[in-house]
Amino acid sequence: MADYIDSKLTVTMKGIVKRFPGVVANDGVDFEARAGEVHALLGENGAGKSTLSNVLTGLYRPDEGTISLNDEVVHFDSPREALERGIGMVHQHFRLVNSFTVAENIILGEQTKSIMMDSSAAIERISTLATQYGIAVDPNARIWQLSVGEQQRVEILKALYHGAKILILDEPTAVLTPQEADALFVVLRSMVAEGRTVIFISHKLDEVMAVADRITVLRAGKTVSTIECATTTTRDLARLMVGRDVVFDRVVRTNHAEPDNVVLQISNIDANDDRGRQALTSIFLTVGKSEIVAIAGVAGNGQRELAEVISGMRNATRGTVAVNNEVIPNGRVRKSMSAGVSHVPEDRLHTGLVADHSVEDNLILKSYRRAPISKFSILRRSVIRDQATDIIEKYDVKTPGTTTPVRLLSGGNVQKILLAREFNSSPSVMVVSSPTRGLDVGAIENVRKRLVEAADSGVGILLISEDLEEIFALADRILVMYEGTIVGNIAAHNATRESIGLLMGGIAIHQETN
Amino acid sequence: MQSPLRLERRLTQPKWLNWGVPLLSLLGALILGAVVLIASGKNPISVYMRILERGFASTDAFSRTLISATPYAFTGLAASVAFRMGLINIGGEGQLYLGTIGAAFAGIAFADQPTPIIIAAMIICGMLFGGFWAAIVGVLKAKFSTNEIITSLMLNYIAAILLDYLIFNSKSYWRDPKSFGFPTGKRLVEGAYWYDMSFGPITVPFGFLVAIITAGIVWFFYNRTRFGYEVSVIASSPSAARYAGIRTRWKIITVMSLSGALAGLGGASDVGDFRHVLDAKGVQIAGYGYTGIVVAALARLNPISAIFVAVFLGGLSNAGYALQGPDFPSGLVGTLQGLILFTAVAGEILTRYRIKRQTHVAEGVPA
Repeated sequence: MADYIDSKLTVTMKGIVKRFPGVVANDGVDFEARAGEVHALLGENGAGKSTLSNVLTGLYRPDEGTISLNDEVVHFDSPREALERGIGMVHQHFRLVNSFTVAENIILGEQTKSIMMDSSAAIERISTLATQYGIAVDPNARIWQLSVGEQQRVEILKALYHGAKILILDEPTAVLTPQEADALFVVLRSMVAEGRTVIFISHKLDEVMAVADRITVLRAGKTVSTIECATTTTRDLARLMVGRDVVFDRVVRTNHAEPDNVVLQISNIDANDDRGRQALTSIFLTVGKSEIVAIAGVAGNGQRELAEVISGMRNATRGTVAVNNEVIPNGRVRKSMSAGVSHVPEDRLHTGLVADHSVEDNLILKSYRRAPISKFSILRRSVIRDQATDIIEKYDVKTPGTTTPVRLLSGGNVQKILLAREFNSSPSVMVVSSPTRGLDVGAIENVRKRLVEAADSGVGILLISEDLEEIFALADRILVMYEGTIVGNIAAHNATRESIGLLMGGIAIHQETN
Repeated sequence: MQSPLRLERRLTQPKWLNWGVPLLSLLGALILGAVVLIASGKNPISVYMRILERGFASTDAFSRTLISATPYAFTGLAASVAFRMGLINIGGEGQLYLGTIGAAFAGIAFADQPTPIIIAAMIICGMLFGGFWAAIVGVLKAKFSTNEIITSLMLNYIAAILLDYLIFNSKSYWRDPKSFGFPTGKRLVEGAYWYDMSFGPITVPFGFLVAIITAGIVWFFYNRTRFGYEVSVIASSPSAARYAGIRTRWKIITVMSLSGALAGLGGASDVGDFRHVLDAKGVQIAGYGYTGIVVAALARLNPISAIFVAVFLGGLSNAGYALQGPDFPSGLVGTLQGLILFTAVAGEILTRYRIKRQTHVAEGVPA
């Protein structure tokens, strides 16, 4: 049974207002997506994109405003009701049962009369849909066997299977390699060619330009403008999104990297992941004084394990980590810290910081054992408060006070606090994981400036990132990680996006290494 | 089809909730209790008046209330220190039994020493025994990741059997060889009786003073020291604790032992202030350890509040003794206590969530 679009849907949202305690997330947003277009919803974090899509899919009820489908006003009380009317969503975090097969996940939640699942018919329909849109996925594979990109395809198939005519994708490329992203775009184009609608949520300008027909820009909960993709440029979009001109060029360095003056040396490191499977195999790398070495790679290829081995959170099963030519004991966080290693983990709010704790308590997370923060095991509250006040001012942190829990702060300010604490420990080496992920343009600029300042002052930085744009803006040298090994080591000025992207996808290229 | 009410997560917890919610919970319990009382043919107003009178209103009654409150205070503190690190120590009951065993041992062994020495020995032994019992749970959790709820609960039963064994089924050090018929423990010498302190007309048992001091120390430890800071980091975010190099396993053992030592101290106070003997049956009937969980929950894990809650519950159970009789079964007092815990736990949700009416926007009129 082929799934032809018999009725085309135009969705219109008018004057949507959604308030949360203390925040107006959507403040009179107007939005319209027509059948047969990829419509991008562009905006910084906190601009109200996710809230708007949650209103559209029935997860939130708007405080004001109306949603209509083909001029009929509709109300959704749940995502299921929205899906019944043809609106489906692919979330950033997939909602799949790992131990189930692809087909089982897709038919999950289907209303059936019999208790037996008729999976053969379902599998047939899934295969038809898959071929129709060029989505290659085995219906009998189990979710845990699939890569992140494949899991995303399952989510898309699931929405299609349940009859989604309007498909919302929330930052779908965040977890994909550039090549996987391109493949996704092809799928999306074939869907709109059939008369479906794709609403594509993103804050990445390049990919919005690559895939969208029209773009609606949100800023601070309001619609700024809706424009045809063909009539605009990334620079214009950036200005609309941020409200001013932004320049994302390579940051100017005052001090040159000294790759021969090694501050971090990793020799022959093996390590296992949380499930005891080998995650790192024979890693060798060095970082020099004032050098920014980037590790590119798709998440889950051993980057987290590498960062944890260096910071002492994880035991290496072989090999050594040396800082300033001194080997640090395996798996000892405090020893790593005192040797001069600073670590900015990817999970800022729950690993790098304690979300429920106050700003001032988070700023002492690494120094509370020492004077002047504590004396004879007793914390010195006035010293802690003064230190927090100084740091808030010096790093321009926007917070109501030093005792505000950090979970209430915006992503950019959370990262400022984490970085401030780490810079304050005067490290020799910083291991920085996805430092700008999820941040808005202004915050990204700030974080990058701070990292470059640190490098200029002599700190060696190991930058772990999936964001090629960021890597090219900051790195002196680029290493690529794939399945727990380093598959490329290229000076930044010799690297191209394509070559790095291919290496990230596991395609070896024969290129002169440095 | 949808309920008109909806729970919404609070972004911040206003300060007034800290005292407002327990008070509202109490009020709710009294109202629910009134329903139960009316159903069993009692006048709730007069019952509540009698509870107030017998529990708190006279100086005599209040002195007796403090005696009941003392073990509650200790088991409440014990539960609080563990819960604050996210360790669900249900074993206060067994740890308190071990405390009574330790304190009775010290009281018998040091019988010929001056009173201050005996008291100090009883406190130390009670804490050591209780702490040891809880340390078993801590070590198992730290080394083998066993579930502390189950191990601590199981150890309660073992501790109860141990108590019975020492008094009824063996000729142990604690059993009085002169007791015929119904076996009892050796009675402590009067020199091992803990002091009664008089504050005007009110007699305050020595153990209650120790409880107040202990609560102050616990508060200081948890709010002003590195130890407390580490505990709060572990409780809020285990992965941040690992990131900061905090030795979580070691802390699990330490905090469990501390919790057990406090429960054990409660056992010691019960022997020193009140029973003056290892009373195998009496201490099991009292159920101090389980009530300690109620105390901790009502006090929202604050050690200072735990003292006040303990006095309140002590008054309730003291009034319960006075009320119960042919016309008033003791089960009704237990029911009231249970209702208070029930509403307290329900109230806890309100500190984290607010109730909102579901508002239907732009209802009807489809175009």
